[in-house]
Amino acid sequence: MANNKVQRHKATTRIWHWLNAIALTVLLMSGLMIFNAHPRLYWGEYGSREDRAWLEIDDTRTTGFLKIGSTTLETTGVLGLSLGADENVRRVAFPGWATIPTGYNLGAARRWHFAFAWLFALGLTGFMAASLLNGHIRQHLHIRRTEWAVGNIWSDIKNHARLRFDAHNAGTYNILQKFSYVGVIFILLPLMIFTGLAMSPAMNAALPWLHDIFAGRQSARSIHFICATLLFSFVLLHLVMVLLSGPINGIRSMITGNVRQAPQGDMTGVES
Amino acid sequence: MKNGRYIIGRRALLRGATLGGSALILSGCDALNESDTFRSALRTAETLNKAAHRSLMDRAALAPEFAASDISPIFKTNGSLTGTSAEYLAHVGNKFADWTLRIDGMVAKPMDVSLETLRAMPSRTQITRHDCVEGWSSIAKWQGTPLRLLLQQAGLSARAKYIVFHCADSYGAQPYYESIDLIDAFHPQTILAWGMNGEMLPVKYGAPVRLRVERQLGYKQAKYVMRIEATDDLTKFHGGKGGYWEDVGDYEWYAGI
Repeated sequence: MANNKVQRHKATTRIWHWLNAIALTVLLMSGLMIFNAHPRLYWGEYGSREDRAWLEIDDTRTTGFLKIGSTTLETTGVLGLSLGADENVRRVAFPGWATIPTGYNLGAARRWHFAFAWLFALGLTGFMAASLLNGHIRQHLHIRRTEWAVGNIWSDIKNHARLRFDAHNAGTYNILQKFSYVGVIFILLPLMIFTGLAMSPAMNAALPWLHDIFAGRQSARSIHFICATLLFSFVLLHLVMVLLSGPINGIRSMITGNVRQAPQGDMTGVES
Repeated sequence: MKNGRYIIGRRALLRGATLGGSALILSGCDALNESDTFRSALRTAETLNKAAHRSLMDRAALAPEFAASDISPIFKTNGSLTGTSAEYLAHVGNKFADWTLRIDGMVAKPMDVSLETLRAMPSRTQITRHDCVEGWSSIAKWQGTPLRLLLQQAGLSARAKYIVFHCADSYGAQPYYESIDLIDAFHPQTILAWGMNGEMLPVKYGAPVRLRVERQLGYKQAKYVMRIEATDDLTKFHGGKGGYWEDVGDYEWYAGI
């Protein structure tokens, strides 16, 4: 049975996808190490141990906990208190297996973070420009008026809930995919860049409006953390969807650009 | 061979792959982190960051200043809470009456300036945010003498590139010190602060004077400044990287992020 090869992803999309995957992984893990230096978040311009945090990760020497508002969640073993690779108890917010470097090293984590931030920011800018020029945004990401129909959205939610992914439309994204990709590319990723810049004292002098729109440096730091959490959730969901919708075809299409589209009845290789 | 012993469950395979993968990434990253070549590659980003900041902003662009109502109820203390040298402790006992600030190095007229003289000079008052490299911030009102006035008075040499601040506090045997370039040294908000929130600068915040260089992070805001030295070469001081935390913690010398 001959499978039809259909071009699914443009070269710029594929290159950016993998560069961005590397950049985001390093940024997340080095970011968690930086967060470990002060695992508390605030709203407004200032915030320190002397002020009230809306989120904190800490330990009682025997247990680790996450506190959001007035709700405390025990997280011993993972957050606040965990075992290091040497089996010694470490009193850090995020455990060594989640951070770059694995041990506490703020100087090194910041170096990693600020170097890969360039790859991330330049990569996103390049991808956006290329996608505007080569039609990726117009053809694949643009949400058409008919797609906004409640009926369309609802039927797509039902399809996802039944794990039914329409193979015949490979090459176009369904509405839930569009929502998540547009949200990530045009909202979350730019927010990471701008909240990151808004935390820099030099950038505050260069572009004072930047920290004004986030209502202060500590608010920008909180939004940076919230967006990172949302991005991490997106990546998890994205990986689950790749597995459910045919991982071989999905991953191959993001490498070679082509998807094998079987005749009627095959339901793989759409989500990627 | 369904359910046979050679078949690894999908879940176990996934778990193994994930754990193995992340262990590989992590040990790879730690190994890279130990490599001098890789570290210097990352360090080029620091040069890039400084160049980007300097090209984006006017050299006199001001750090945000705030209203009196924005001042932190309690300004977090950090780093050393007092100077440690015997000389410094004697000055504390004497309320800094005999204390003088030494200004030397690549200047035409090396000087010793008393606290009284410093306070009698034109001063600048600014309510600014102090950003620690760790991530927290506190806001306070600082009053002090613009550094540029002192450098002009001392006749800064045209060959000087950096200003080094020698401090009275130390970590073990290592004295604290910091340095900035001339763009920041002549910046209007760069002051030697002797007043904080309307009072004399308390000892735990760096009395009698501390540096405020508002477009950089907290570790540049040297406390207990005893001597200011103009130089064209940072490598001859202590660890050679231009500051205590730069030497010991491998922090970036340019702390604009």
